[in-house]
Amino acid sequence: MLKLIKDNLKGSALAWATVAPLMMFLEVAMDLQQPALMARIIDVGVAKGDLPFVLHTGALMIAMAIAGFAGGALCSIFSARAAVTMSGEMRHSLFRKIQSLTFAEIDAFKTSSLVTRVTNDVMQMQHMLLMMLRIMVRSPLIFIGCVIMSFMLSPSLALVFAVIIPLVVASVAIVFSKATPLFSVAQASLDRMNTIMRENLLGARVVKAFTMESHEEARFAGANEELTERSIKAQRLVFVLLPVVTLIMNLGVVFVLWTGGREVMRGGIEIGKIMAFINYLVQISGSLMMAIMLVVNISRAQASAVRINEVLAATPSITEPQGSRHMADLSVEFSRVSFAYPGSRANALTDVSFSVCQGQTVGIIGATGSGKTTLAALIPRLYDVTEGQLLVGGVDVRSLSLAELRERIGMVMQETSLFAGTVEANLRFGSPNASIKDLDGACADAQAIDFLKGPDADYGIPVEQRGRNFSGGQKQRFSIARTLLHEPGILILDDSTSAIDLKTESFLRAAIAGRMRGKTVFVIAQRISAVMNADVIVVLDAGRVAALGAHRELIETSDIYRSIVASQLGEEALRHGN
Amino acid sequence: MATEMKPNFSGRPGGGPPHAHLFGEKEKARDAKGTLRRILKYLGKKKAALALVFACAFASTLITVVGTRLNGYAVDHFIATRNPLGLAAVCAIMVGLYLVGVVSTYAQNTLMLKAAQKTSADIRRDLFSGIQRLPLKYFDTHASGDLMSRLTNDVDNVNVMLAQGIVQLFSGIVMIAGMLIAMVMLRPLLTLVALAMAPLMFVSTKIIVNATQGYFKDQQRELGSLNGFIEEMISGQKTVTLFSREKSVVDDFDRINRRYVRVSIKAQGYSGVMGPVNNVINNLTYLVIAVTGGVLAIKGMGITVGVIFTFLLYMRNFTRPINDILNLFSTIQSALAGGERVFEVMDAEKERDRDGATDIADIAGYVNLEKVRFSYVPGHEVLKGMDIVARQGETVAIVGPTGAGKTTIINLLTKFYDFDGGRILIDGKDIREITARSLRRTISIVLQDPFLFSESVRENIRHGRSDASDAEVEDAARQARAHDFIMQLPQGYDTPLSDNGGNLSQGQRQLISIARAIISDAAVLILDEATSSIDTRTELLIQEALLALMRGKTCFVIAHRLSTIKNANAIVVISDGRAVESGTHAELIAKGGAYAALYNSQFSTGMAL
Repeated sequence: MLKLIKDNLKGSALAWATVAPLMMFLEVAMDLQQPALMARIIDVGVAKGDLPFVLHTGALMIAMAIAGFAGGALCSIFSARAAVTMSGEMRHSLFRKIQSLTFAEIDAFKTSSLVTRVTNDVMQMQHMLLMMLRIMVRSPLIFIGCVIMSFMLSPSLALVFAVIIPLVVASVAIVFSKATPLFSVAQASLDRMNTIMRENLLGARVVKAFTMESHEEARFAGANEELTERSIKAQRLVFVLLPVVTLIMNLGVVFVLWTGGREVMRGGIEIGKIMAFINYLVQISGSLMMAIMLVVNISRAQASAVRINEVLAATPSITEPQGSRHMADLSVEFSRVSFAYPGSRANALTDVSFSVCQGQTVGIIGATGSGKTTLAALIPRLYDVTEGQLLVGGVDVRSLSLAELRERIGMVMQETSLFAGTVEANLRFGSPNASIKDLDGACADAQAIDFLKGPDADYGIPVEQRGRNFSGGQKQRFSIARTLLHEPGILILDDSTSAIDLKTESFLRAAIAGRMRGKTVFVIAQRISAVMNADVIVVLDAGRVAALGAHRELIETSDIYRSIVASQLGEEALRHGN
Repeated sequence: MATEMKPNFSGRPGGGPPHAHLFGEKEKARDAKGTLRRILKYLGKKKAALALVFACAFASTLITVVGTRLNGYAVDHFIATRNPLGLAAVCAIMVGLYLVGVVSTYAQNTLMLKAAQKTSADIRRDLFSGIQRLPLKYFDTHASGDLMSRLTNDVDNVNVMLAQGIVQLFSGIVMIAGMLIAMVMLRPLLTLVALAMAPLMFVSTKIIVNATQGYFKDQQRELGSLNGFIEEMISGQKTVTLFSREKSVVDDFDRINRRYVRVSIKAQGYSGVMGPVNNVINNLTYLVIAVTGGVLAIKGMGITVGVIFTFLLYMRNFTRPINDILNLFSTIQSALAGGERVFEVMDAEKERDRDGATDIADIAGYVNLEKVRFSYVPGHEVLKGMDIVARQGETVAIVGPTGAGKTTIINLLTKFYDFDGGRILIDGKDIREITARSLRRTISIVLQDPFLFSESVRENIRHGRSDASDAEVEDAARQARAHDFIMQLPQGYDTPLSDNGGNLSQGQRQLISIARAIISDAAVLILDEATSSIDTRTELLIQEALLALMRGKTCFVIAHRLSTIKNANAIVVISDGRAVESGTHAELIAKGGAYAALYNSQFSTGMAL
């Protein structure tokens, strides 16, 4: 963790980070003088009735307090500079790294986890550095300073620390070790209760429809009770700590009073010094507890550091080839391709072979999990095949430059993603140089011009985060328009019309057919009606090619194709034909 | 969105740097006092416990006061006078007092903790039952993320405040009061001098908070855009890759990141000054006491060394709780803001049956929609006069484009929403005269995406009818063609399902939801068919299961599979909020209208998509 922070502490931030603890040192040094000076007021000023001395010492104390304040304030400002700048740097490195990752790594980490790492975990690091520069300097300094000052006042009395400190540390350690498991157990209860809450929220329809209300209330009551009991048990243990530590400290004070008092009576030490000593004693136990609490926080920050480092250490599995070749045409050939997702033992695709000439339309159909999307994702090299070869334009996909692949291939994914901004910005996402005429053409073909062009005809309609302000069907057409604008030579549509009604879908089909004449199109769907008119239909079943050919052919030769048609379109469709 | 229990050993919430929370990082409640009063009212129910707590607090403070006083007493009366025996006696008394003090402090805090946690539990319970009685409209119109946040984070904030904050607040206030009284009783003049510094602390806090408020608002705003950008870009990472936009995305990010850093430095830096400010005020206070005490002692005005000593110790015990409470302030603020959001949900209008509505028991299953009108949002009618008739035992297939109003019909039949005009009759009775709960018991639904609960398979099926026996559960599962795969599961019927049945496949979840509908033995079935076919094997099972389910019932099917549609007793074609055609498949094809067009477009020539 420390290395991670150090790596991101560059330039001026490093300078601030170095000076801040020095400022804290100043503050603590000044603070530590106060009890000693107070002792002098008592022992010299009051004892001898020396009024000017008292006032002079007072003035000195004020000066020191102000100097200490300056130290503290500067420490705060410098440490903030250092920590915030550091986290900004870390955030940049992490974000840039994520941009270089491929689908495989992104899937492995999961999107939501990546977001948490860039936001929450980096904040944890910032918080940690801030604490390190402020409190983690302060507490130990106070502790050490108090011990030193106490020794200077009375070495013999200072031996009491040898008893007190171990006792305090032991108490904290014991409570800590016993309480942590109890808190985990309570956390599990909290998670359970939250799950029930969430289920009743998301499944409200079902709960009401089946009048499950009282059943759910009973289930909740059980979880609620359990949580309450466990929380009390865990927290109660922690509440032991403060009184116990206070007791230890107070007993220490009594001891000092007793021993020190007798020493004063013997004339070996002045009373003011005893008062100062007690003052330091109180401060020591306080700062000791504080320092130990910080250790708790370190483990939490440690966890964050691990998560950040994981991402930074990830190596993208897909890299630019050396000396790349170029696509000769728009053909695609799968040659005995097998693929398994990284970390998965089972193959998602096994021994897939088929070829598509330029200008053909390919339909890929199969059940959920049969490998359709996986197959599509291999074409623009979003993943690499584990066995076999994939040729695009006659060239092994691994020998083509990634830039060319992404330029010539356009893919509309199942889940649309739009970004906050304007319609125009989103459309131009892959085609910064497109003209308004181009936009008009792409949107018209995608059957989206009516809601994209906008009242001012400038595509200036705002798009909210994730495209929230558009319906499912609109988002799909928006996404298609964006990809069409990109003018790909190979177009891949992955189940991109699931929310579009049949009438609009047929217009869309026709428009795309016109636009992509002479170019290659892949259509992935679950609805037979979407692929029936393709030049080639590939039926996938559990990652293998179960049938291959045109519609009429497959009706005659493939059982599996026939049963899919029958179940979706009814027996008649088998006789219907085109 | 996980809430986290923080083991908090200092008893201080948050455990972060002092004062970090003071600065408007969280919302403020609009009616803080009202919310506080309401929370305290919950707490107030535990009267006996609270009385005990107060007694213990009083005892603890008294002990601290006396113990502290004894320090000074010992200095003046035994040390100064060289009386070792007296000193020993005082020390012994102090030891005894402190031992008792540990017990009373522990008792005080633990009793308060129990009362507070039980209060939290009461609030959670009331919140949950409140939610059960909310109309479905509430869930549809409120973002689920926000609601979840209220049910988890906000409730948790209130809990933290109760469990930790109130304990500390309470003991802090008692201590402050006790110390104040003790100081006044000791030397009123010196007390005045000491207290002169106290306002400084409040004033300086206020000045700093006000000055930095603006910076914090900016910080939160920039943080919002930063996090929003990050979330959006990373969620859409694949799109960025597909269009090769990595570099420009990083540039955009850097701009926002830099803006945030600039603003945050100011906010964090200046707010961190709070600590040193309070520190210096504390120091100045002590030295003022020391100097004033010293001066008065020299002038022989009845101040002894022991008195100064005691006073300094009193001041320490006086300012520390004040600092702690100032820290607590923002925790309490965010807890009150959270509490307000929780109460908002609790107070939301509940589902109500019309006065005079009666329960309905067994029904034959004759369902009639007459010129039903409905809009979710006033002014945007979804149903503009819908007419559908379903006779007992009939299957009615409802088809039409998305947005035509099919799902709305389900919502109205189950009284999830109330229609605006027209009538809906069950067995000739207007459903407005029927209680919602009893109506829903006579209807079962199977949704496109079935929702299952994190209980056992058996319990999930039993949700259909809570008094079903195990044998009946198994029978329903068999009819739903689910029994076989259930027996393959690790614990059979007792296998617990994970979140929304995540450990089962889509098809298996459908089959269980069908079993659930079968066991409910309702007279009317509403089926919202899944649009995409699942694999052919499971598909066949589901079709068989549905046939078993639909037998003998009046069924409303929002159909997507042509096979389902063609076998229905009646097909209703819906367009733009109205039923435009109805009849059997053969009749409608012959008519050559909307239905025929829809049917034929399945087979249109041209490029397939």
